[in-house]
Amino acid sequence: MTLTATDLLLEATDVSKTYGAVVALHNVSLAVRPGEVHALMGANGAGKSTLVKILTGAVSPDSGRIVVRGRERVSHSPADARRNGLVSVYQEPAVIPDLDIRENLRLTQTAVEPFRHWLNELGLENLNLSTLSRRLPLASLRIIDLARALAIEPDVLLLDEITAALPANLTERVLEVVQQQGSNRSVIFISHRLIEIAAVCDRATVLRNGETVGVVDVAAGSEDKIVELMLGESAAALAERQDDAGAAAERRQKTPRLSLLGVSAARRLHNASFELYPGEVLGVVALEGQGQDELFDVLAGSERPTSGSLLVDGKPTSFRHPADAIRIGMVYVAADRAEALLMQRSVRENISLPFTARILQWGWINLGRERRKVDEAVDTLQIDARAGAEVRRLSGGNQQKVTIARWVASGVKTMLAFDPTRGIDIRTKTQIYVLLRDLAAAGAAILLYTSELKEIQLACDRVIVIFGGEVVAEMPAAQADEVALLRAAHNLKPGSALPEEIAASRPSDKAAVQAAIESQSATVNQS
Amino acid sequence: MTAATGTVVRNRWLSAATWRNLLRDYPIVPLTVLLVLLVILADILSPGLVNQGWVTSIVRQATVLAILAGCQTLTMLTGGIDLSVGYVASMAGFVTATFVHQPGGWPMGVVVALVAAALAGLVSGIGVGIFKVHPLIVTLGMGLIVFGFSNVWQLQSVQTGAGVPNEIHTIGVGTLGGIPNDLIVFVPVAIVLILVLKRTGYGRMLYAIGDNPIAARLSGVRSWQVLIVLYAMSGVLAGIAGLVQSGLANTASVTLVQPYLLPSVAAAVIGGTSILGGRGGYSGTIVGALILTVLGSVLSIVLPEPWRQIVFGSIVVLVAAAYARVTAEG
Amino acid sequence: MSATSAPIDQPRGGGGDRISTFARDNAWTLGLIGFLAVLLLFTKYVNQTYGLDSLASTATSVVPLALAAVAQAVVVLSGGIDLSVASQMALTSCVAATLMKGYPGEDVAVVIVVGVLLLGLVLGAINGALVVLTKVPDIIVTLGTSFVWAGFALLVRPAPGGSAAQWLKDLVVGPIVSGIDVIPKAAVLLVIIVAVIWIPLSRSRLGLSLYAIGSNPLAAFRSGVAVNRTKVLSYIVTGFVAAFAGLSLTASTGIGTPVPEPTYVLISIAAVVLGGVSMAGGIGGAFGPIVAVIVLQLIRDDMTFMHVDPNYGLVAQGIILIGVLMVGSLIQQRRSRA
Repeated sequence: MTLTATDLLLEATDVSKTYGAVVALHNVSLAVRPGEVHALMGANGAGKSTLVKILTGAVSPDSGRIVVRGRERVSHSPADARRNGLVSVYQEPAVIPDLDIRENLRLTQTAVEPFRHWLNELGLENLNLSTLSRRLPLASLRIIDLARALAIEPDVLLLDEITAALPANLTERVLEVVQQQGSNRSVIFISHRLIEIAAVCDRATVLRNGETVGVVDVAAGSEDKIVELMLGESAAALAERQDDAGAAAERRQKTPRLSLLGVSAARRLHNASFELYPGEVLGVVALEGQGQDELFDVLAGSERPTSGSLLVDGKPTSFRHPADAIRIGMVYVAADRAEALLMQRSVRENISLPFTARILQWGWINLGRERRKVDEAVDTLQIDARAGAEVRRLSGGNQQKVTIARWVASGVKTMLAFDPTRGIDIRTKTQIYVLLRDLAAAGAAILLYTSELKEIQLACDRVIVIFGGEVVAEMPAAQADEVALLRAAHNLKPGSALPEEIAASRPSDKAAVQAAIESQSATVNQS
Repeated sequence: MTAATGTVVRNRWLSAATWRNLLRDYPIVPLTVLLVLLVILADILSPGLVNQGWVTSIVRQATVLAILAGCQTLTMLTGGIDLSVGYVASMAGFVTATFVHQPGGWPMGVVVALVAAALAGLVSGIGVGIFKVHPLIVTLGMGLIVFGFSNVWQLQSVQTGAGVPNEIHTIGVGTLGGIPNDLIVFVPVAIVLILVLKRTGYGRMLYAIGDNPIAARLSGVRSWQVLIVLYAMSGVLAGIAGLVQSGLANTASVTLVQPYLLPSVAAAVIGGTSILGGRGGYSGTIVGALILTVLGSVLSIVLPEPWRQIVFGSIVVLVAAAYARVTAEG
Repeated sequence: MSATSAPIDQPRGGGGDRISTFARDNAWTLGLIGFLAVLLLFTKYVNQTYGLDSLASTATSVVPLALAAVAQAVVVLSGGIDLSVASQMALTSCVAATLMKGYPGEDVAVVIVVGVLLLGLVLGAINGALVVLTKVPDIIVTLGTSFVWAGFALLVRPAPGGSAAQWLKDLVVGPIVSGIDVIPKAAVLLVIIVAVIWIPLSRSRLGLSLYAIGSNPLAAFRSGVAVNRTKVLSYIVTGFVAAFAGLSLTASTGIGTPVPEPTYVLISIAAVVLGGVSMAGGIGGAFGPIVAVIVLQLIRDDMTFMHVDPNYGLVAQGIILIGVLMVGSLIQQRRSRA
């Protein structure tokens, strides 16, 4: 339904942005009414962050119009955007670590009184403004950033995953505050927690692969529509896995490749226990910040567990450095390509990186043998770029393939794949999942974390669900449809309210919302 | 038809885009062109200047600079730098000279000098690799330490006397069949450096650590090992440069090579090595050193010393800016 | 307030707040002053005749280096570095000396001093503009400009010479109250210059912006700081202080010397780091480096008093520099792993 321009507080049309070979946004539109809480949803890599950055002046778009209160605004910098009434609160707080809170307020010319008012509303009444920002926990910094944004009284407030890794009581306050914003201000709310979206948002714009695919009224039953819009028809591309119970039972007879007992690490992994068998693809599902990052870091050798035991092929093992894990064939495919790739170097160098990591391998390189191994990996992964090309010029999909090709070339016994298809086009996603299945069929053990719930059933044999740092559920892929996974991910016991039921009960049934949120975050550790 | 293709070919060679891409991907090509142009310019400004004597003198001076710039190339590839090379090189030349009248003679002096240089580098490497202190600070401090020790050594050697051994002097100023002797030292060094960077696993590690230390770690690279070896190597190279320079100048002095410090960084930058790491190579650095030396010669023909410095500094900034433009992302 | 979470609750502030903030912000400097005090006691032990007047003359001799260190401190805490500080000093010093010789006169000298300070601003502005516009790392830009400024210094004064107005020389020679040798004019001048420039600056929004871009440029950008403009300003301030340093050189030597002292740049960086300014930016101030310069000089003096080869002083300086940082880095690594 189109409203006339004057009825909308914010209207963005035809916004596009391309980074080199990658199209981040293509003709995206967003319409926000006054006083509305508007969700911006989409899978990782769908373009939400880019849109937020454009709206708040951190990035300039290639094209597009942004109209606030009927007037077109151009923002060349965050300071500009603030003047235009657009303020955002990012996941990494825009608080200067080496200054104290008071100095940070002065830096942004924020008055102390309104700031204190919002701090109180958000639950940090006793915060000493002379505290050095560096000493405060991330959760507090997020709240401070939010209070600061509110104190400026923007027209549009953009919140990018504000509740991620916030403890329960603060989340509660934040959502309350968001809901109470008057009719003169609107909030754009990015989150992938359906419960929160259901609790506070009026409408939702869904992005997929850089395009607006739909605007939905958030109400009972709209969950499915939102999820469908987010995932698109990607599911159709992969053939359904044959559910072979016999093969599964056979696998369980062998010694598990990995066996974790009560492993804890950093602050977010507590007492995780599960087994991974050779020849299987074991999926891992979790909401953001439930300990899955730490789990993979421990297995990859980059983080030491604080307790628990890890057995590899039945033998107790500990890693002091990723090199130890790699030596026994345990390889890690990161979600963040920027972490895994040497951007200025060629595809060939990236793929052969592990070949020469150890001192004994520092000598003369046999170029012929290297070329063969690299070309083989490039073929297997179907990377369509020259081996000599600089990796930063490749598309996101090809880049991700390079990170996987690296391990295919060195030999995979156990692969830890952390969201390997985040932000990748459908065709490449499919190729990657097929490859993982092939590797498993050849005897490797694959641990696959993905935020694309729909694809669990297409790539995995079994799934475990992590919540609050523990493994709370395990099921064969056949039973792991999105609903079951979503429930388990929110640690909803069978029989408790589903998000749509909670949504139907708002706005008056605050207690139910609170109960659901509290049960969800009951064991989330403060960061 | 032929005329048309001829035109197309000619235009392609002159197009800015081609040169941009060359500068980005194969910088040695435009660098060599620049070098040749400078040599031609030298001959225009001072006809007859470019003869064998001049070339020999240029090569000699460039050799020391090129070896020191090698230290910078290696360390800059990992995102570091080595500010101790001036003092380490001077120390090496000086120590060797003091051994002339000692048991073991000057060969012993060479050994002691290079071992000391390697040790200095080793300590720097430990500071950078294990303690993770900024390389600029570590090598700066190390340079001061080496300088201090050199001075102490100097005071103690005044009694026993010191002089640059004839053999070293010959390397510095002699020729073998028309080719300057220091090439005998330099060519193997250059070959080793180029091969290490292009064809060994260790070279790959340098690029990897410089480009993305996190990715390197996740692929199993233990960067402290690489860095300790790196700075030790840099120390040895600096020592070699010091020996060549003391032969060239026939002087033993603890500050002999210090004026080459900043130009060594400049040569590496001009040669296409990025101080941010992950990009560059030694062949470019060699041409960079030659360019700077020829440039110095050209400038001294036409310009008095002050202008030489001004032009020199401006060119460093200009060339670095050109590289920054063409290698920028997106 | 829910009992389940509680991020850190700080006691409410009051008068005690100010003191603790001061202590926190200046912890390193205070520690360094403590170390200086111990060092002074040691010096007195080693050399009975060392008195306050000797300390005064030490302080006087390091004024130019101290100002150079302050100049470097400003740019380093904003996240940059300036290898051309010594060359800027040489250039401003030579311009001042040459002009004062060419246009003698106590009153004219005032104009010349103002002009030279403006020159410092210009030099800094050029450095900053180049860093921001060319996107070349600051270490390379200032490496290049260090040759340019040194070249201009040679143009202005091919050989050491020139002169300095009497009042300028008088500013740095002798005690503030004649007869009381312990308070030298030069030291007072140093403190005044730095205080007048630094204290208002560090409290102002510009000062906060300098710390901000050094601490976390992205957060600064998102907080609305004009990052590029602030960066240029950091180099301008550095140039301004470097001009003061050059003037102090002319004042104390009476002439201008075109070739900068070769170890100046390196020692200014060492003093900055020892003075508590982090190479990563965002931390530190102007007074720590001044104390560090005095400490470094005192160590060398002590070596002389103990009849130890003063070159071991250089060795000691280097070892202290590396050692302090290695220990500091270890502590930081332990803390971040916890």
